[in-house]
Amino acid sequence: MKTNENRRGNETIVSLPPYIKSAIELKNITKRFGHVVANSDVNLKVNPGTIHGIVGENGAGKSTLMNILFGLYKPDSGMIYLNDQAVDVNSPEKSIALGIGMVHQHFMLVPTFTVLENVMLGNEGSMFLKSGEEFVLNRLKGLSKNYGLDVDFEAIISDIPVGMQQRVEILKALNRGAKILILDEPTGVLTPQETIGLFDILRSLREQGVTIILITHKLKEIMSITDTVSVMRGGKVVADFSTEKTSPEELAENMVGRKVLLSIKKPSLKLGKKVLEVKNVSHESKDGVNVLKDISFDLKEGEILGIAGVAGNGQSELLDILSGIETLQRGQITVNDKTIVPSQEWNSKKAREFGVAHVPEDRQKRGLVLPFYNYENSILGYHRNEEYSSGFLMDKRKILNFVDDLVKNFDVRPRSSSISSGKLSGGNQQKLVLAREIESNPKILLVGQPTRGVDIGAIERIYEDLMKLKSKGTAILLVSVELDEIMSLSDRIVVMNQGTIVGETNSSDATELDLGKMMSGLEQV
Amino acid sequence: MSDSNIIPKWLSVGVIPLINLFLAFCVSGLFIFFIGENPLKAISVMIKGAFYYPGAIGYTLYYTTNFIFTGLAVALAFHARLFNIGGEGQAYVGGLGVGLVCLIFDQHVVSFLVTILAILGSVIFGAIWGIIPGYLQAKRGSHIVITTIMFNFIAAALMVYLLVNVIIEPGQMSPETRDFASGVGLVQIHILAKYLGLDMAMSPLNLSFIVALTVSVGFWFLVWRTKFGYEVRSLGHSETAAIYAGIKVSSTIIIVMAISGGLAGLVAINELLGVHNKLLLGFTAGYGFTGIAVALMGRNHPFGIFLASLLFGALYQGGTELDFEFSSITREMVLLIQGLIILFSGALAYMLNPLVERVYLKYYGNYSNA
Repeated sequence: MKTNENRRGNETIVSLPPYIKSAIELKNITKRFGHVVANSDVNLKVNPGTIHGIVGENGAGKSTLMNILFGLYKPDSGMIYLNDQAVDVNSPEKSIALGIGMVHQHFMLVPTFTVLENVMLGNEGSMFLKSGEEFVLNRLKGLSKNYGLDVDFEAIISDIPVGMQQRVEILKALNRGAKILILDEPTGVLTPQETIGLFDILRSLREQGVTIILITHKLKEIMSITDTVSVMRGGKVVADFSTEKTSPEELAENMVGRKVLLSIKKPSLKLGKKVLEVKNVSHESKDGVNVLKDISFDLKEGEILGIAGVAGNGQSELLDILSGIETLQRGQITVNDKTIVPSQEWNSKKAREFGVAHVPEDRQKRGLVLPFYNYENSILGYHRNEEYSSGFLMDKRKILNFVDDLVKNFDVRPRSSSISSGKLSGGNQQKLVLAREIESNPKILLVGQPTRGVDIGAIERIYEDLMKLKSKGTAILLVSVELDEIMSLSDRIVVMNQGTIVGETNSSDATELDLGKMMSGLEQV
Repeated sequence: MSDSNIIPKWLSVGVIPLINLFLAFCVSGLFIFFIGENPLKAISVMIKGAFYYPGAIGYTLYYTTNFIFTGLAVALAFHARLFNIGGEGQAYVGGLGVGLVCLIFDQHVVSFLVTILAILGSVIFGAIWGIIPGYLQAKRGSHIVITTIMFNFIAAALMVYLLVNVIIEPGQMSPETRDFASGVGLVQIHILAKYLGLDMAMSPLNLSFIVALTVSVGFWFLVWRTKFGYEVRSLGHSETAAIYAGIKVSSTIIIVMAISGGLAGLVAINELLGVHNKLLLGFTAGYGFTGIAVALMGRNHPFGIFLASLLFGALYQGGTELDFEFSSITREMVLLIQGLIILFSGALAYMLNPLVERVYLKYYGNYSNA
């Protein structure tokens, strides 16, 4: 065995000697941020050459723990052992040198560089690029063959799909000699097919002796790929399981601390009149890309129409146009028998007047002004309404009354009108946005990614609220990249790929596999 | 801005600025020590010069008035996340508004009315000088920092041209207009006091100070109590959220810059209507630039701006006294002290936060340990 071969950038992955008991062991890790205890006395042990899952709600401390392991945070107390030896991981550089690689949720790639240049970044070798390039290229070829990581090394990052970009991130880590790979929510941006591809890669990495930590909130993935799993709640590891011996229900129960209903009670379908009709809408982005091509569909009262698709296939632009954030370029929209064509004024203000409410995909950038207090955010977009103002003045008392009811009725925690919305958890921020939009009594509710980054307890609540709204006769357009969500909430599903609608189906007939094929653009129905 | 989540507000808004100020004075003291003077004596001269000698307070408040106007101008723009560096030029052009109104009307119209019109003139001319960069930012994407800086130069050049070639009083050398008619202008407070039977030392403090206080209250009301203020703050915190809320970004930017320019333009009423009684070259004397520091120190809140303006007013006035009293301390030394204060309370405003955080947690943060 060539364990001594430690030249920089030239480490080869070797299987560890059999007497090593654990690849990673965290002992009594505690980390505080001010008064907040992010990790409290955490113990975690991962055997070499296994895939270990970590699940937990948002704010359970998963990311903090991984950032400690990766050297981004320094723990207040506790020890880290790698291959049974105590180590001091005080910086990402150090952790890379120790053989830890991390693939972040949001990729850390330079979009205008080629794959090769990105892999080389920070590892260039000498002052001149040429020699380093050849060296890295050879290594990459070897790595990609060994692990089935097919990538075109000369391609520009922004030209290749997200699934490929993720492979580049993994290659980057492996090129640096990672023997332990941490993946943070790796499947959020992938199609089902790409996810299967990723899991194949992870399995082959495991066979070669790489230890993998997988952070995810998708219990199905945990069940399908991990060997062992730890559940975190409130900064603590509350349970460790061998994956074979547990079930999604048990994991969910441990995550939330109580029994959770993962199924949804859908009210019976009572369709009313048509409230939204989209006809031949096309849209060109600022860069001149046709992001929407000839989109047509309609929506009736009391109906939930799900729009499935991999992120970035035109769903966001569609929401933007319907909600008035983007102007209508071609085609026409009919809202409540009023037709809008491109020459007419169409903006968010107008959309609200027409009874279109919008829960935006990015609640932190759009749905809320984060430094604002809850009472200020509770009227964002509706601040012109007479209920909250007289003349050009705002009526603070009325707004406060309104928000007090709002946070109570929709269970926004903490139930305070005067806390910055930025300090709420993701789930509570989403509840606040949803509450505001529902309280405007819309005819049509546009919902983008309602449960992205939201913990299970809040998801349950959000689904209930949407169902309540549906039974009141509101038409709901639901855009989500979570197939499960689309399938369980919608009455009807359309699938988008590259700006066009590639298929439509009733949710009762839909299977994940069919939808996945349509999403990837392989099959037209 | 990066307000800390950990330390309480009274520390971050109250104590830390005071420590910063103290540090600035300490470093200033070192400099004074190095040139062979006694720092403690210097500071006592400064304080006396700003508050104690006859008329000192009047002078201090007169400077304060200018800083309130320019500080508010910068602060309002900053609420919409616009960095208006053009207060200087806007104040200057505001002066042109005052000058033109007075020169055109003061022989024909009642003085009181001319004064009102002149005040409006300062606001409107200042507003125009703010609207143009605002428009360029909103509709053409030209960065407001660049355009407002350029507009300072344009304003300076324009005023030199006008004052040298067009509106100069004929038959004399200095580039200034003729005096406004005697009844035109804002009454100085010490004259007003005499009418009321009070004896006050002479100072240039005039009714503009009352205008400044009123405008400060109006500023608070506008920003925190009106729909427009709500929209401005939404825009400032998050443009994407503002668009989502149906707020018209470009028109909001233009209106904010108009009001901001108008506020800066009000400097002219203090200087021209209150003191000089004519339009003259360079009357803005850097008040527009100091307004940036004032807004920064005052955290864009009118009360904070009032306190910061008072501090800078006292520095200006006390600094002049320092210049008088010590032969070795020159005007430049006073500028150095002002510079240090701006440095410590503006640019390095958050320097101490990590330290204070640590100290605070050490003494108050322990209960989570138990």
